[in-house]
Amino acid sequence: MSTPFDEEAFRTEPEARALVSRIHELLREELRGEPVSLMEVCGTHTVAISRAGIRSLMPDGLKLLSGPGCPVCVTPLSEIDRAIGASTLPDVILTTFGDMMRVPGSQSTLEKERAEGADVRILYSPLQAIEIAEESPESQIVFVGVGFETTSPTIAATVVEAARRGIGNLSVFPFFKTVPRALDMLARVPGRPLDGYICPGHVSAIIGSGAYEPIAREHNMPCVVTGFEPLDILAGIVMLLEQAASVRAGGNAKVETQYSRAVTREGNLAAQAVIADVFQECDAEWREIGTIPMSGHEFSERYRAFDARDRIDVDVPAPAGPSGCICGEIMLGQKLPTDCPLFATRCTPREAVGPCMVSTEGACAAFYKYDRETTEVP
Amino acid sequence: MKRDGKIRLAHGSGGALMHELISEVIVGALGNPVLDALDDAADLADLTGATIGGGRIALTTDSYVVQPLFFPGGDIGKLAVAGTVNDLSMKGAKPRYLTLGLVVEEGFGVGDLERILESIASTAGSAGVAVAAGDTKVVEHGTVGGVILNTAGVGVIPEGVSVSGQRAADGDAVIVSGTLGDHETAILVAREELRLDEEIASDCACLNGLVDVVLEACPDVHVLRDPTRGGLGTTLNEIASRAAVGITIDERKIPVERKVKAVCDILGFDPIYMANEGKAIVVAPGSDADAIVEAMRAHPLGKNAAVIGSVGGRKGVYLRTAVGGTRPIVMLEGVQLPRIC
Repeated sequence: MSTPFDEEAFRTEPEARALVSRIHELLREELRGEPVSLMEVCGTHTVAISRAGIRSLMPDGLKLLSGPGCPVCVTPLSEIDRAIGASTLPDVILTTFGDMMRVPGSQSTLEKERAEGADVRILYSPLQAIEIAEESPESQIVFVGVGFETTSPTIAATVVEAARRGIGNLSVFPFFKTVPRALDMLARVPGRPLDGYICPGHVSAIIGSGAYEPIAREHNMPCVVTGFEPLDILAGIVMLLEQAASVRAGGNAKVETQYSRAVTREGNLAAQAVIADVFQECDAEWREIGTIPMSGHEFSERYRAFDARDRIDVDVPAPAGPSGCICGEIMLGQKLPTDCPLFATRCTPREAVGPCMVSTEGACAAFYKYDRETTEVP
Repeated sequence: MKRDGKIRLAHGSGGALMHELISEVIVGALGNPVLDALDDAADLADLTGATIGGGRIALTTDSYVVQPLFFPGGDIGKLAVAGTVNDLSMKGAKPRYLTLGLVVEEGFGVGDLERILESIASTAGSAGVAVAAGDTKVVEHGTVGGVILNTAGVGVIPEGVSVSGQRAADGDAVIVSGTLGDHETAILVAREELRLDEEIASDCACLNGLVDVVLEACPDVHVLRDPTRGGLGTTLNEIASRAAVGITIDERKIPVERKVKAVCDILGFDPIYMANEGKAIVVAPGSDADAIVEAMRAHPLGKNAAVIGSVGGRKGVYLRTAVGGTRPIVMLEGVQLPRIC
């Protein structure tokens, strides 16, 4: 009954079974059954873990916590409101990746504004914004620049190209964040101790695995750069548990790369160069977490003219009171989505309170879609 | 639904929001025993007792708004015939007649219109249906994206055939006729002009011939559905909910073309929620599954047919994943949106 399409999947299972039993064995033997918490920093990992049903295969003492790695989820409300506000201006064409459409601002979403007549367009590549700018010279094209080091190089390249073509009606909201500073901050958070980071594969392909070496060294925190296939993730967990056992026995943590088919220690130097040309580091506010020094990217002097904050005058509503959403604690690895009293009650993908419920990579969205009936509240 | 709300694109996605719109607003206003069944096609015998030569009359309609109008594997004309033929076929009906409503914009090329009409003629001809009535409207430039089409279809359900979502029962096998996600992925790649090394073609096709083969192999087929908008995931949820049963499918057995999977991985989409326009889901007694799959594989549109799961167990729809885990498959709320990274 085999078809040409499923052979790979059939090869997966025996390997997966071996890795899963190694995970159980490591926890039981080397770690003596004591609880272990690993954080998958990247939203793509959170979704992949849920989608592959990996949580249902883990031993009881092993917790997989979601980190601040969903770019939409860490974007503060004021920035979401600014993007929504810009979309309502008559001469603005707001361009964005799809993730942002349903993210709740204080009063609206981009999806709702589009239904009211705002010109909001979903792009698959930021370069499409240049085409729109050329086709609509009388409009201001604004791109919502949300993302980590995976996304910022393509947006930087878009800005370089726009400058080369002399395009004057394109600007970008620079809401970019960088990963290593956040991991450093998280490692300092008192409370629930973390035993290791499942480091993001795509971000690391850009910045290089070397970027985590100070974190491993200073906090004695095991770091494993991991790929996104289910087998990659299981193998990454095995490597982290081996390190965690060694650290508990007095050893030193290090950075290892499970995803070596894509990630080097140095990373993608061309991408790093375009980031360094177009952006400079700045303090950045992370939603529900607070300001992390030098954890964001804004435009460098040379490309300052592309900063939409200077070009587009938007009234941003005053911040609303607390919503009861525990996104912050979830992104700090202190709670799971299922711990939130709003989860699947007042907060659903249809009427979300927090962005984690509507972003493609949000932890709450992943739990709502894939783990609702299989995850026990810890 | 909120009465002061606004229709969003997500209300047309085939997911939970669209179900709410249909069941609360549309059925709320127009409901009757035939419409309330909400099958792909209506069985008019339920309402009027009308039959033709012992067969019951099936009626359906669908509108087509695809962009681009021409895409690898088909065009809006082929889609408008196949979609309506398939809606009739999924009720077990033999499609007979179509109507064609044509809304075309000023400025649209006559040559392109002729290409679409030729495609309608050849698709209808090979499916054995006749376009029996039609209507043409011309509207202002920029209002309908070139052309939109509506087709209604009439078919005859042979005596002894009783296919409906609510007949899924414990012990049934769940069969798909081939690879999933081809149509929506092909449209996405064509619309966004994503440059790939290999072309992805829509699976757009009339399924009445394949359904004949299935019903011959097993006249007691319980459910036939074509997983269009919302894909396999949404359709299985509809079946499970209508019949109040559980369904578990095995990820390893779901046929998905490697290039379709690759595009979906890049954009953060799940192929089981991607629309198909030439695939059938068959739910039939487990004892007949092998015979059905064998018969389907002998048909050009069923070469990759496979049993992907079974009916039974805890209510809802579940996926046994390739690494051996289990997770629920829920109905999507709205459209899948491309992700940031």
